[in-house]
Amino acid sequence: MSRCKLLWLGTATMAVLGLALGAGSSPAIEPLLVRIRAIGKEGSGNVSARQAVRELTQRGPEVLIPVLTAMKDANPVALNYLRAVVDTIAEKTLSSNKPLPASELEKFVTDTRHSGVARRLAYEWLIRVDATAPERLLPGMLDDPGAELRRDAVALLLREAQAIFDKLQKNEKADPAPGIAVYRKALHHARDRDQVMLIAQRLKKLGVEIDLTTHFGFVTRWHIAASFDNHKGIGYAAVYPPEKGVDLKAVYDGKQGQKVRWREVQAGNLGLVDFNREVAALHGVVAYAHCVVVSPVERPVELRAASNNAIKIFLNGQEIFGREEYHHGMQLDQHVGKGRLKAGRNEVLVKVCQNEQTEDWAQRWSFQLRLCDSLGAAVPVTVVSPAASNKGE
Amino acid sequence: MPVRVVLGTLVLAGLPLVAKADWPQFRGPGGLGVSNEKGLPIVWSEQKNIRWKIALPGRGLSSPVIAGPPFQEQLYLTACTGWQQDRLHVLCLDPRTGKKRWERQFTGTGTTVCHEKTNMAAPTPVTDGQHVFALFATHDLAALDRDGNLLWFRSLTGDYPTVGNNVGMASSPVLAGDTLVLALENAGESFVVGIDKITGKNRWRVPRPRGINWTTPAVLQQGQQTVVVLQSPDELSAHNVESGKKVWTLTDVKLSTIPSPVVAQGRVFAPGPEFLAVRPGSTERQPEILWRTRKLPGGYSSPVVYEGKVYMLTARGILNCADAAAGNPLWDVRLDGNYAASPVAADGRIYAVNEEGVTTVLQAQDGKLLAINPLPEKFLASPVIWESALYLRSDRALYCISEK
Repeated sequence: MSRCKLLWLGTATMAVLGLALGAGSSPAIEPLLVRIRAIGKEGSGNVSARQAVRELTQRGPEVLIPVLTAMKDANPVALNYLRAVVDTIAEKTLSSNKPLPASELEKFVTDTRHSGVARRLAYEWLIRVDATAPERLLPGMLDDPGAELRRDAVALLLREAQAIFDKLQKNEKADPAPGIAVYRKALHHARDRDQVMLIAQRLKKLGVEIDLTTHFGFVTRWHIAASFDNHKGIGYAAVYPPEKGVDLKAVYDGKQGQKVRWREVQAGNLGLVDFNREVAALHGVVAYAHCVVVSPVERPVELRAASNNAIKIFLNGQEIFGREEYHHGMQLDQHVGKGRLKAGRNEVLVKVCQNEQTEDWAQRWSFQLRLCDSLGAAVPVTVVSPAASNKGE
Repeated sequence: MPVRVVLGTLVLAGLPLVAKADWPQFRGPGGLGVSNEKGLPIVWSEQKNIRWKIALPGRGLSSPVIAGPPFQEQLYLTACTGWQQDRLHVLCLDPRTGKKRWERQFTGTGTTVCHEKTNMAAPTPVTDGQHVFALFATHDLAALDRDGNLLWFRSLTGDYPTVGNNVGMASSPVLAGDTLVLALENAGESFVVGIDKITGKNRWRVPRPRGINWTTPAVLQQGQQTVVVLQSPDELSAHNVESGKKVWTLTDVKLSTIPSPVVAQGRVFAPGPEFLAVRPGSTERQPEILWRTRKLPGGYSSPVVYEGKVYMLTARGILNCADAAAGNPLWDVRLDGNYAASPVAADGRIYAVNEEGVTTVLQAQDGKLLAINPLPEKFLASPVIWESALYLRSDRALYCISEK
């Protein structure tokens, strides 16, 4: 690793540790943390990191907070090294019948400036020594930026809701309003799909329909163009005209000389676009789907798609995700493309390739896509017609 | 033969110090699914011959692995938790009591999308006695020493972003000397890699055919050379474990992508639509198919080669037996239930556990039924044998079954 990069990492680590380093901290651990955070690809930095881990794990629980702090913005591999240090020290401390620094751990957990993964790790060790912590802390975490802490907070609320729901099931004449209120509150805060689905099911039983398609942020208005050639899989890598720029008035030369034009379609439940239905049950073909979304602000976004087919996702002309795999299952959010929305108009293009398999289970040609933040909440965008968005609406 | 004598022989031979009585990898010593242990239980139930049972923190298809003397006896197991299965666990237990010695968790760095039948703790870890190497289907690879200290960690997704498939990965790592070999054939960047077990760095990496493949490699000693045998749908090949260089290849074959090859009696037994017995090749000669048969169909389970016979179990419970020398069918029996786990053999018996938790015990010689032992859980992981005990792993628990 170059001296410049090491210096940068050292400075970054020092800045991160500024949150934790106080009068009682040992500055000697900073170089160890720098070495761990410097870990790179294909084992680069492993030997140095291992030695640093060894030195750190010989320390006591006084280094837990600095190590947890160093997890902020650490790369995924370094994060796991740091995690291992925390687990090793905490486990040894407890097995030696020594105390963990519970109040410091709690302070760390409640400080949302720290990494969500680190806060969760601190929380898990905290609750081993303080069984009252969940009831005390979780109710205030319904809007937590840490996914797992937020999930547990919603789960606690759902337990309360379930108790109300069970009573309602036994007494049909009881007023469902309190139960509905709790479930609506849970829905507002939930981000994980399984929790959202459960809440929607419960609300439905209480007489409230939730539009999950809108709630999840699925796009339902598309223009599609099909089909282009994907004989022997050539279509995935081929750059067909829509990838160079979408002109909804264009007429393209498609597979076997057929003319391809854009036309508008409305997606089904949870944003499903079924090309077998919208086009035909074809093989060895590529379809494109295009939409325009207007965002009030510039912001990060995740375009999460599901498809049984090979797929590419483009945002404003840039490919942000690609997966060349066919008929191995379709699950919500299985593909995640990360990008940034511009304030105003943004173009989304999806390329969906069907291959030439003949098995019954290999016939689906479809996709669904939603726009959300990193926690899974729908981002506030509006899907507009391309003509309307060109007029600045 | 006493374990210490075996160990001494291994040391003189310069071979790794994992005693032959251990169960160090997927399907045990040499990946054969065979043990020399005696005194194994024949009959058990929830009320009988369960030495201990412990709850596991999460799901897993992986089998435990066990290392013993001269090192501290340790059982290692992996599991996954979290609603997206991105919490990866490595547990260390006392194999005699089930008491937990340590547990480490990691955050998965790769995709967790998979078929509902599998999960992220599908590959079985491997141990050399001093360390455990745990691979997860997220393509995360953790190396720990026997005290749970992290040696190194690799994110293979971070290194090779397209590696993986949406059905799930399951091939288990194997050790050949100081080289950890991972066969990662998949729908994305497909390769086999030899990793230095101490530094965690690649020694070599060789492209492989793209496509889903869950088979685990087999290690074969060929004279002075150690090779790792890889089975793909269209070829059987061997790579030198020091360099990764391909030593020989058998092509124009159709082989399975789920049941793994087995090296026994100097041969490679390769399951597929046609089951093959192959004399390995070398740098001087091509491999040779010694016999082939359609009478050994497979499903999920890998073959067992035991006392001159080959056993193959289908997913629906047909256990076929043929003689290993010529492939002549000897007998077949129909077992109840569905089978994902590979059977194991020891003490003249075959043990086959089905998904519904029933373990059928048969006489290996003739398939005679000896016992049917139900447990009320789902079992997909292959059994393990160690020190007169059988270890069965369900999604929720690990059982140690023994008469002692």
